[in-house]
Parts: sequence; C-alpha cells; structure tokens
Amino acid sequence: MKIHEYQAKELFKEFGIVTTDGEAVSTAEEAVKAAEGMGLPVVIKAQVHVGGRGKAGGVKVVTEAAEVRPTAEKILGLTIKGLPVRKLLVTPAVDIAKEVYLSILVDRGARTVVFIGCADGGVEIEETAKTAPEKILRLEVKASELTRLPLDQLRDFAAKLFTGESQVNEAADMMARMGKLFREKDCSLVEINPLVVDGAGKVVALDAKVLLDDNALPNHPELEPLRDMDSEDEDELKAKDAGLSFIRLDGDIGCMVNGAGLAMATMDTIKHFGGDPANFLDVGGSSDPKKVVTAFQTILKDPNVKVILINIFGGITRCDDIAKGILASLEQLDVAVPIVIRLIGTNQEEGRKLLEGTKLIGANTLEEGATKAAKIGGAA
Amino acid sequence: MSILIDANTKVIVQGITGRDGSFHTGQMIDYGTRIVGGVTPGKGGQEIHGVPVFNSVPEAVEATGADTSVIYVPARFAKAAMLEAAQAPLKLLVVITEGVPTLDALEAYELLQEKGIRMIGPNCPGLITPGQCKIGIMPAPIHAPGKVGVISRSGTLTYEIVKELTDAGLGESTCIGIGGDPVIGSKFIDLLPLFEEDPETESVVMVGEIGGQDEVVAAEYVQKHMTKKVVGFIAGVTAPPGRRMGHAGAIVGGEDDTAAAKTAKLEAAGIPVARLISEVVTLLKG
Repeated sequence: MKIHEYQAKELFKEFGIVTTDGEAVSTAEEAVKAAEGMGLPVVIKAQVHVGGRGKAGGVKVVTEAAEVRPTAEKILGLTIKGLPVRKLLVTPAVDIAKEVYLSILVDRGARTVVFIGCADGGVEIEETAKTAPEKILRLEVKASELTRLPLDQLRDFAAKLFTGESQVNEAADMMARMGKLFREKDCSLVEINPLVVDGAGKVVALDAKVLLDDNALPNHPELEPLRDMDSEDEDELKAKDAGLSFIRLDGDIGCMVNGAGLAMATMDTIKHFGGDPANFLDVGGSSDPKKVVTAFQTILKDPNVKVILINIFGGITRCDDIAKGILASLEQLDVAVPIVIRLIGTNQEEGRKLLEGTKLIGANTLEEGATKAAKIGGAA
Repeated sequence: MSILIDANTKVIVQGITGRDGSFHTGQMIDYGTRIVGGVTPGKGGQEIHGVPVFNSVPEAVEATGADTSVIYVPARFAKAAMLEAAQAPLKLLVVITEGVPTLDALEAYELLQEKGIRMIGPNCPGLITPGQCKIGIMPAPIHAPGKVGVISRSGTLTYEIVKELTDAGLGESTCIGIGGDPVIGSKFIDLLPLFEEDPETESVVMVGEIGGQDEVVAAEYVQKHMTKKVVGFIAGVTAPPGRRMGHAGAIVGGEDDTAAAKTAKLEAAGIPVARLISEVVTLLKG
C-alpha cells in the first residue's frame, strides 16, 4: 500500500526520524493559514501517489505571503500522471547545505534487506543507477536484525555519504530508526530523497516515501486509516473484501478465473486471439459459490463488457461449487451478456451436469474459449 | 529419478488438524506420499488419517525420522511455523500458505539457509514427483511420470501446462511450484542445476510471470551452463504497469520486468518462449 508523504512523515516522527514539521491541507485557504502559522518561506508539495512531482510542477517554494494562495490553487488544480491533486503538504523551507539519497528496501533478487545510499541526492535514483552505477552504495542487513542493527556498521556506511562527525552519527542513528520502522510496520520501502544537512548542520529528512507490505496489513490495523480512498477503485476494494483479486482494464471481455497466474495467462490468450480483456479477476482458491456471485456483480458493473469468459481449472476449487455460483448468479442477477465457460478439474462432471440446459457457451480448452469470447467481443 | 522428493521422502504436516491441512493430508496419503506425522501445538497425542500428531516439529522429526515438512497454517502463524521447522534436522520445508508478510518469509529464509534447509514457497502449490510423492495441493490426476521437469511461479497455470505435457504423453519428472511472492525460498536458478544433474529429466519448462528478474537471471544460467532443453512461458503480457496482479510478486515495476522484456531476454538466451499454453509441448518436441 502506498501512503502519502505527510503520512510517512507522521511515521517518521513516531520512530524519531528527524524530519520537517508540516501541515497537510485540502484547500488554498488552509494552505494560507498553515503558511502564516509557520512563517515564510514555505514549500508547498502535492500529495499524490506518484514520483516526479517536482518536475510536474507539484512542488513549489513560496517566499511572498501573497503567493501562497495562488500557488496552492495552482497545485490543487494539477493532475500528475493521471492523478488529481487533492491534498497539499505545507512545510517550512529549509536551507540546504548538502543533499543525499537514502533508502531501505527488500531486494527480492538478492533475498535481503538493503540500505541504498547515494551522495548525490534529490535526483532520480533509477537514473543514477543506470548512468553511474558506481555511485550507488549498498549495505545488506538481516531481516532478523532490523530492530537492533550494529551501529558501527551503520556509521561506516553513513561516513560514505557525510563528512562531519556529528552528521555521520546523526545519519547512522537515523538508519537504525529506519530499520526499526521498516520491521515494525512491515514496510517494503522507506525512502528519503533528499536527506539533507540544513543550515544549522543538522541531518533532516526533507522528503519521506513509505510503501507498506499488503500481506502484512492484516497485522497492522493502525495503518488501515492511512489508505487514500480517493485513489482506490471502489469496485476493486469491494472485491478484495469478498476475497477476490480484481483489477479493472479497458477492454470488453470480462474474465473470471481461478488463480492469478492463470488469470493473467487467460487475459494474454484473449489478447492473442484479437480480443481485449475488461479485467483481471482471480476468484481465489476456495470454492464459495457466493464469491462467484460477487465476481459476476463486479464484472457486470462495467458497461463495456460484452461477453464474459469463465476459465476454471479445478484443484482446491471444485467445479460443482463454481457451477452452483453461476446458477445462483443467473437467477439473482440480470446477466444480459453471453458467457463462455471452460470448466475442468476437480468435480468437472458434476459441474457440467449442473450447467446443462443453461445458455452458457462451452469450450474444452482455454484457447477455444478465448477464441469464442474474442469473436463475440467484436475483435478485429 | 527425480529431484528433491521421491518414494522415500518422509513428510510431516504442520497444521495437520486445520481444515486445509487435514484435507490435503488425506489427499497426499491417497497418492502414496509417506506422511509420517503431523504437528499442531497443543494437540499432540491425537491421530488424524491414522497419522500421529505432535506438539512441535523437533518432537515430530525425532519420533518419525521425517526429512521434509509442509506448512498449511494460516498466514498469521506462518512465521512461527517456519522458524520452528528450522529448529529440526530437515532437508526440505514446503510453505503452501498464501499471504505471508515478506519480512517474515525473509527472516525464515535467513535462518533456514544457516541450517542448510531448502525452502519452497511461500504461496505455492507445492511439488510432486509423479507416481512417487506429492507434497502440496495440486490435483493428482493431471500428472504422469515422465521426463519433463517443471518450475513455476504459479499454481493453476502450472496445472494447465502439466495437463498438456501429460496429454501429449511426455509426463513429468518433478514439478515444483516455487510461489508467487516477492521473496521465495527457491528460485528458478536454485532448481535448474538439480534438473540439469538429474539423469531422468530430459527437458525443463520454466513458467514465469511479470515482476522481478528471476527469469532473466535463470536465462543467463541456462545459456551458460545447461545442456538440456529449456522452454519458457511468461504470464502477464496484458498486465498494466504498477498493479499487483493477484500474486504479491507479480507487479511490473519498470521496463525490465514486463512480460515482453522477459520474453525477449529468454529468447536472446536461446530459450524458446510459448505464447500459448498449447505451444509449450510443440516447442519441447521441436
């Protein structure tokens, strides 16, 4: 789960990571008040779940009181990479003596947690990784030691980013706190870009980016309120609550599949035969017929859907349970579009028998089903 | 022959008294897997499917001589179950559980590595050596003994491909579902050498998907070190960037981990990549 900078900075404060004070606001009016409270100059930052806010005009330094309102209004009117700006963070501007990049993340390739540092901060780290990979510093740490990282190791690493002794110590202390935050809140990324030395020589996190591990969210009810409902698709959230995995796309062939890999392969096969999938939908491993009804409801909400392809390879999922769910859906819902179904695996005979006499269009293989659905879907 | 598991593998089931654990214990026993015990804390002394239940993994291993454990416990208990398994002299730990927090999996992986225990999963269907030993949740009838090794990040998609192999008369030596999470105990690169060394395996199918670089790393290995034929399949051509496609690890993060980029790299390394499931068999035979 992504959270906003202002929320990430709240977590930083909770863990004692030195950052700037700021106020999250939703209107230009509130921005003016916030700026008056903290005194000029201030920085006004768009709170959206994408990188590259600065380049898109979403981060502005304001030095004149009269400029706060128009600047805030302008940023609130922006849409950055498709996302409308609904919130701003107003923070006091900081004198910057030096900027570096610092993050901690899970390196899935190396199967380790790693601190990433770069003495050139404020830039896009992915760019630096490509153009000057020797500037990217790594410190691998054990997941089991994140809450008690050896300080001398952190100091050695910090000394490659900072020169002054007090700054090295402050940065090492900050890294220890980042490790604690990372483990205790089950993060997949904690990134500070830039981490700066301010005019007084203090090490301060000017920015904050935190990604949370979705698998761990059930263990952290305290983090659930941080979810930005405005940037989530309501249908996707509802599907998730029902135990489905659903993602809306812009085609016209609704898909209902068991298993995420097979659901992707089903979409790919539809595309291969000239069709266009309207969604990704994994009904999951269990075979609760109610899930099938919810899946139908979710798919049918999309007016673009002209046909539904159901592809089930029963393992844990039983074909007769899926068939029961389909029958219940046909009874309870107004299903006006044709349905192509491919049903195979555990209890397939029972499942197929239940569906006898319905108008469903049968298919023996995924490829046959995808071809039939693509034809109905108006493929080229 | 086969890799990792065979008719002699002695297995205990962690979470044997739970709904899934109990059901699949029955299925595995029916298949002929030597299930020698189960573990559920507090339920030691009971019997289920004729198998003794113990309170802890070390106790179960001590009593039964098991060398492998399979975990069916819910995600919130998975970390404790994995760390407990690491305290016993096992060779293999298979984690079926879906939804394990990444850092929990990583902590377990670190400890299991230290102890020399190989981990498969989490979030996987398990593994099967057809006709000998099935550890996991895959439907048994689609498998047949044969000469194709299968390594896959997916569950049901693997069943599709295995069914094609079986229907075509090729059969499988061992099929391993490695799991769809970002951090998994065994990756393609960890298992390919075992298939290369296994005299019964003639070729390998690698079923990958979007997210991460494991397929690409594996392709480099195949090109440099493998004499056996490897065929690939990559799911997620139509996946939009930045979205998690069901599996926690299936997310396009950049230009390098799309299905198109991976397909290109595999093909550049001499690994033919099937666009359709039915093409896997064609490419293996071709």
